[in-house]
Amino acid sequence: MARIVAGVAMSHVPAIGAAIDNGKTGEPYWVPVFKGFEFSKEWIRKLKPDVAIVVYNDHATAFSLEIIPTFALGCAEEFPPADEGWGPRRVPVVKGHPDLAWHIAQSTILDEFDMTIVNKMEVDHGLTVPLSLMCGTPEEWPFPVIPLCVNVVQYPPPTGHRCYMLGKAIRRAVESFDRDLRVLIFGTGGMSHQLQGPRAGLSNRKFDYAFLDGLTKDPEALTRIKPVEYLRESGSEGIELVMWLVMRGALNDRVEEVHRFHHIPVSNSSLGHIILENR
Amino acid sequence: MTGATWGRPRYSCSAQRACLRLTISEEAAQIGASANELVERKTHELTMAADYDDIPGTTVFDAKRSRAGYHLNMFCMSLLKAENREAFKANEDAYLGRFPMSAEQRKAVRARDYNRMIELGGNIYYLAKLGATDGHSFQYIAASMTGLTQEQYAQMMLNGGRDIEGNRSKAEWAKKNG
Repeated sequence: MARIVAGVAMSHVPAIGAAIDNGKTGEPYWVPVFKGFEFSKEWIRKLKPDVAIVVYNDHATAFSLEIIPTFALGCAEEFPPADEGWGPRRVPVVKGHPDLAWHIAQSTILDEFDMTIVNKMEVDHGLTVPLSLMCGTPEEWPFPVIPLCVNVVQYPPPTGHRCYMLGKAIRRAVESFDRDLRVLIFGTGGMSHQLQGPRAGLSNRKFDYAFLDGLTKDPEALTRIKPVEYLRESGSEGIELVMWLVMRGALNDRVEEVHRFHHIPVSNSSLGHIILENR
Repeated sequence: MTGATWGRPRYSCSAQRACLRLTISEEAAQIGASANELVERKTHELTMAADYDDIPGTTVFDAKRSRAGYHLNMFCMSLLKAENREAFKANEDAYLGRFPMSAEQRKAVRARDYNRMIELGGNIYYLAKLGATDGHSFQYIAASMTGLTQEQYAQMMLNGGRDIEGNRSKAEWAKKNG
């Protein structure tokens, strides 16, 4: 039986990818950011997951306004890094895990989540920046990845509650897969940030801290945060945090928080990061 | 009125109703609803919009903005291809001509007026591709929307970002600006 062993969440700010790719990680601005992930790199190296499910949002890269799936699962053999307007990131091609991905697609659909199945997709910074933060700059990513795209660009995104329930359905799917796999799930995006309009640059440390506390101790309370509250309190792009609830829903009710990091600013955003192990 | 409604939206907003000079009951008759039902639907629509329209300096990319901005955003989307970026840079007007955008949208693109593009239905993740084509950092674009210089904006971020206090509602902004 496959099982989910842990969950990890972090922001996926594109400037982090640019800092890594352009050799700027030693600059004073970036040193504290990458220091916050030193523990995490060691942790994931020891964990050696067999496969990772990465919940992220496509930023008008693979999907445009032509087709806007609310939830889309990557079932392909591989996912090349996308050109987001300045050439593709020079990072390894992301290898998929079609067996488990197709199983999750079938299982969640029969579990009444209307999943879109994606067989061809390029992946943007939303997926590759978290891999870089956790795994550094290897020749090949150390594990296959199942991308799960959540629409948070076109309003309305799925509610936090729906995302949390999807996490539970993903867990049921993983646990009904007949191979012994240790699965790690990533929730990405956030934390508080606003990228548009005269209120751009918003950050809300109190909201972020309460969200991190809630993830560990009382995720059900977080599922009651309304879309408008994310928009108002955590900024128009802070609503990406619903994707962290997919990750949390896939874990046990009881988890142990083994690492937490929060830092302002990273480019225009508040960066948050947490690692939760199933207990 | 009957027979003359072909080509008109089946369900028009109050502004459109004003243009068409329809009363509530006339408009209700067009969509086969009672006047009360129509008022209820409109109230619902207003309530739906009101909960986030009160957030200051923020434009939520909802259905109406997505529809208004479709071609503007798809123009930006096309800039993901290197050859399109070259064609755009070589002759902006000619390239913009390939997309059925409004004159205002074209003007806003030419002026790189990001707030105006957002008002006209642009979404920031799409517009960012225009910024990338210009070789601008995201922080440059963000600063341009806030009325700060890039240095001032970067400093605000270094100081912990724009504080949520005083930035939750339009009423708070109105008070701040006297």
